[in-house]
Amino acid sequence: MVTEEIRGDTMLLNMGPQHPSTHGVLRLLLELDGETVIRMVPDIGYLHTGIEKTGERLKYQQVITLTDRMGYLDNMLDELAYVLAVEKLLGIDVPERVKWVRVLLAELERISSHLVWLGTHALDLGAMSVFLYCFRERERILDIKENLSGVRMMTAFIRIGGLMADLTPQFEPKVREFLKIMPGMIDEYEELLTRNEIWIDRTRNVGILPAETAIAMGCSGPTLRGSGVPYDIRKCMPYGGYENFDFDIVVGTHGDVYDRFQCRMKEMRESLKIVQQALDGMPEGPWRIDDRKVVPPPKDEIVSGMESLIHHFKLWTEGLKPPVGEVYNAIEGARGEMGYYVVSNGTGKPYRFHMRAPSFYNLQALPLMSHNYLVSDIVAIIGSIDIVLGEVDR
Amino acid sequence: MTPEDAAAALRERFGETIQDVLRFRGEVSAVIPRESVPEVCLYMRDDLGFNFLEDITAVDWLDRSPRYDVVYHMTSFKDWIRFRLKTLVDAENGPPTVIPVWPAANWAEREVWDLFGIEFQDHPQLERLLMPEGWIGHPLRKDFPQTQITLPRPRAEKIEEIS
Repeated sequence: MVTEEIRGDTMLLNMGPQHPSTHGVLRLLLELDGETVIRMVPDIGYLHTGIEKTGERLKYQQVITLTDRMGYLDNMLDELAYVLAVEKLLGIDVPERVKWVRVLLAELERISSHLVWLGTHALDLGAMSVFLYCFRERERILDIKENLSGVRMMTAFIRIGGLMADLTPQFEPKVREFLKIMPGMIDEYEELLTRNEIWIDRTRNVGILPAETAIAMGCSGPTLRGSGVPYDIRKCMPYGGYENFDFDIVVGTHGDVYDRFQCRMKEMRESLKIVQQALDGMPEGPWRIDDRKVVPPPKDEIVSGMESLIHHFKLWTEGLKPPVGEVYNAIEGARGEMGYYVVSNGTGKPYRFHMRAPSFYNLQALPLMSHNYLVSDIVAIIGSIDIVLGEVDR
Repeated sequence: MTPEDAAAALRERFGETIQDVLRFRGEVSAVIPRESVPEVCLYMRDDLGFNFLEDITAVDWLDRSPRYDVVYHMTSFKDWIRFRLKTLVDAENGPPTVIPVWPAANWAEREVWDLFGIEFQDHPQLERLLMPEGWIGHPLRKDFPQTQITLPRPRAEKIEEIS
């Protein structure tokens, strides 16, 4: 519990943990002078589920189910970050087709996460209809995911050494249809908000985060880029095939709520560009590697060949065994740098794995952004850093 | 500059203080003694351009002495490279805090204290971050059981006080 002394004429206000605009269970202790926030102490941990501890007794393949539940709005990006880290640990390279499918899915996921952000952010500031539109389009992405993996949200589709399965025949037409309608939909959201006077009044010059502060506080993703720092891991330290795609890093100038809003809106369009390129240039080939120590053999081989049966048995009882060592691998998640630190001691279970969640660091900078703003602005600022508490508390 | 150059620069500047340089899968880490952590970090930030702290975490090697690795990951926005610093510590003798170098370290070190019990020296607020207040033990230690733990009742005392 955070205990703070009351000084002079100020008032303490408890915001959360059940406040709807905190997007999960975040508690903020605000010290107010009239309606102005002069101090803020975030209190986190309400969603702590001990993922890192639980992961230590699961096999490498099983941990994917945990990462899915961490950033529940962009779970394929979490899967991708974890899988890339383990693949780096194993020292394997995946086929070209796998990389392209992963990039495609990652960008769809980024759009889907940004849609939830936009909907809830606008809802917090009183624009109800945007929320309904955003969730309508997000549903299309969830449909695509369901069609691929059978599950709408906790997909576990990206696996170590490849994918869960090849793309379905319905996948391409579905994505093409989405690509056709989506630019118009983003235009529609922009029509509702970008030049809306009330929206600009609520967001311009609110929650300003200077670039140096943002870097010092470890902010990443649109929160950092809104302040004008072009740090996008997809471009700066390309991973998983992003070097093949043509897109721009979107940066803001002032670092206020409106700039972060603009950043994410433009990022959605950039993501659509990548999805289009990935779909048009999708190479043919296998959808997972052919290493029996990492991925299970096909079913028909298991029932006919002794060696395949042994491989299958070993893989599910003992797991895959990376060499002793440690790796850190980060990707650009929807909210920023999503990093995984995995330590192997040569057994089938990770000796330790740790996630660097972008929201954790973005949230840490929240008190600095909120200083001397009104209580009603706090709601706008929280919305603009797009926190997911599942990822903060892990 | 590459991570190798950074390691060479560290060797040149600090000499024997750099206990070891590890390479694995293209990643470079330097092992340093715990008391020189702030000094090395400051040098890395100001002279080598590692201005962005990615993460601080720890690893518990149960039977080893000193028992824990504290691991720092950092990125240079000048050259777009990553580097890892490691220091071997015991829980009661943690490294000095690096908040003056990177303010982002505040919650990261607090989390490591919360989950591993490593005492960072001069940290302004080593309090529970993720676990509830009044929790006994540090869950990410390898000797902390994964199941069947008796949960502490942090609020019990307070309720008695009120009634």
